[in-house]
Amino acid sequence: MGLINIEQLLEKYDNAETSLAEEAQIRAYFAQEEVPPHLESYKLLFQYVSHTKQEQFTKDVPLQPKRKKTYQWISVAAVAVLMLGTYFQMNQMNQTTTLDDLSQEQLMAYNQTMEVFNLVSTKLNKGSAHLGALDLVSTKLNEGAENLVYVKEFNNATNKIIKNK
Amino acid sequence: MTQTDFLKLVLPFKDKVYRLARRLLVSKEEAEDATQEILIKLWNNKEKIEEYNNVEAFSMTMTKNLCLDRLKSKQAQNLKIVHSNYQDHNVSLQKQMELNDSVDWVSKIMEALPEQQKIIVQLRDIEDYEFDEIAKVLEMNETAVRVALSRARKTIREKLTKKHSYGIN
Repeated sequence: MGLINIEQLLEKYDNAETSLAEEAQIRAYFAQEEVPPHLESYKLLFQYVSHTKQEQFTKDVPLQPKRKKTYQWISVAAVAVLMLGTYFQMNQMNQTTTLDDLSQEQLMAYNQTMEVFNLVSTKLNKGSAHLGALDLVSTKLNEGAENLVYVKEFNNATNKIIKNK
Repeated sequence: MTQTDFLKLVLPFKDKVYRLARRLLVSKEEAEDATQEILIKLWNNKEKIEEYNNVEAFSMTMTKNLCLDRLKSKQAQNLKIVHSNYQDHNVSLQKQMELNDSVDWVSKIMEALPEQQKIIVQLRDIEDYEFDEIAKVLEMNETAVRVALSRARKTIREKLTKKHSYGIN
């Protein structure tokens, strides 16, 4: 590139009228070693430019992935469900049900069960009626035990005899 | 959007965000912090950014606003951002030698520019943005961008020439 050419370009450059391509040309020109003395000051400028272009950001950036909010609320929801569950359970346990609360089917089942229980109970009563015989035996035994008093008396008599000896 | 998708989306321009922040805030640490904040903001709004057709321009605007806010709050507290990569040029010979480094020279000149010109020079000369892209990032019209850029370039040049011919002042 001729000296006149570059001077024209620099003139345009100072007026901020150069395109990016022309600026690249200027930079290329000043990248070479030999530059006319009166353009020396520009050289410094473009040395600075090419030097700064190489600056890089080297620091690490801690990027924390944002946790989705739904996951955070799941634990809260779980606790709520547990609490509600226990609450209803307790409620149900405390509730006393009467016959009026029962439905038709439940009532039928209840009645049937009651019938069966009644039947069992009558049979048991019948069985216990026959226990009268055992009662009789027991009274007889008691009578026999009363008669044992005589045996005691006999014993007393014998003791007396033994003492007298 | 997964983390990999996000990184793929952000990778092409994260360095640009950092460089812009660096230019405005000067200090390396401050710039890293700002970049990190921008990326985290983008990540937190990842559902929304998929709707934008130009995430890069959007991020650059965000960066510009964040950095300007920070500068403003620092000034309000009457504090200057402290940065170790800044050279004071009338102390020791060694420091003067370091200052001879052209990069430091130019960056010192750049630091003296008004914020808006700084951003424009950064986006145009370093990131190779077209004028309409710069206009979009800065929310101003193209002509104004050109005027500001021209002014900035002339200022830089003037200062460079002065330093070059007279040495360090």
